Amino acid sequence: MAELDTSQGGGKKKGHGKKKTKKASTRVDLTPMVDLAFLLVTFFMMTTTFSKPQTMEINMPVKDKTIKEEEQQAVKASKAMTIVLGEDNNIYYYMGIDDPDPVKTDFSKNGIRKALMEKNATIKDLMVMIKPTDKANYKNLVDILDEMSISGIKRYAIVDITDHDMEIIKKLL
Amino acid sequence: MPKVKLPRKSTNIDMTAMCDVAFLLLTFFMLTTKFKSDEPFIVDLPSSVSEVKLPDANIISITITKQNKIFFGIDGKYNREKLIQKIAQQHNIPISKEDVYAFSLTSSFGVPISQLREYLSMDPGERNNENNQAGIPVDSTNNELKEWIKYAKIVAFENSYDMYKKQQVAIRGDGKVSYPIVKNIMNTLQDLQINKFSLITNLEAMPK
Repeated sequence: MAELDTSQGGGKKKGHGKKKTKKASTRVDLTPMVDLAFLLVTFFMMTTTFSKPQTMEINMPVKDKTIKEEEQQAVKASKAMTIVLGEDNNIYYYMGIDDPDPVKTDFSKNGIRKALMEKNATIKDLMVMIKPTDKANYKNLVDILDEMSISGIKRYAIVDITDHDMEIIKKLL
Repeated sequence: MPKVKLPRKSTNIDMTAMCDVAFLLLTFFMLTTKFKSDEPFIVDLPSSVSEVKLPDANIISITITKQNKIFFGIDGKYNREKLIQKIAQQHNIPISKEDVYAFSLTSSFGVPISQLREYLSMDPGERNNENNQAGIPVDSTNNELKEWIKYAKIVAFENSYDMYKKQQVAIRGDGKVSYPIVKNIMNTLQDLQINKFSLITNLEAMPK
């Protein structure tokens, strides 16, 4: 460590006594400074936001009122899968337009994910229609969109629920 | 026997090195820090496996809280100033310089336009009080959110075309928000021809 020599003349005898003048050290006690520095470090650490939030991008279809109802249903019934998001995190799904046996499932690993994986593997160009009911919540929506990206389904849309869908899943409620 | 004097060791530790490290860290944090914006509500974001990062700037954020209140925010002090002036002009609200300044410091807010002045004249501590923010109305008859977004887009457009192009709408919704509220917002965005927007989520590990 670099230290200044302050001893010049320090060894000189003063007057009659053998007293030596005290050497004044140039060392500064850095402890309070370190304390302060760490205090500030802690403050900045606490207030900082490092991770940028993740986002999930969704593309909604262009809302064009000129498109007729018939044109909207251009998806082949054999390739269509409808997922209805119900209350209490329940999911109901059925294939095609008039499936006699809709299935009730949930967001667990063996629930909707397994079904989506299977359907996606067997049906080429699977089109999934996500229809959240009014009882579903935002988390359900995000979760189901997430399942789409997990199972690698490229074609899906968020569609408003119709009475027809409610009719089909009615027996499962 | 002669006494052997042991040299006394000083208990002082040299703090210089520690001080150096502390200040190095301090500098690092000071330079990298981006303060958490003061959101009046805690929003419990749902998680997803999506790893797309939200850009830093140029975002219109729509926050939906557990209480189904809707908040709006844009970034940039200058943008906010412009936005409030436009909204005030549109609604014939006399607005003072102080109000504009106060608004330019607000990262997100949730009051109907009619209560805007009252809200801005409160002191900052009061403003974040839960009861003072009723949320932005998004009814079909009185869709103020639509207006805010519309003018935010106009402000961006007036600034530069590039900014307008890159401006993103992000929805920060609480997981418990019921779907009709979200649908309403998505419909509003679609009405404004914003068909691409982001949902802000927490990161979750990809399942095997």
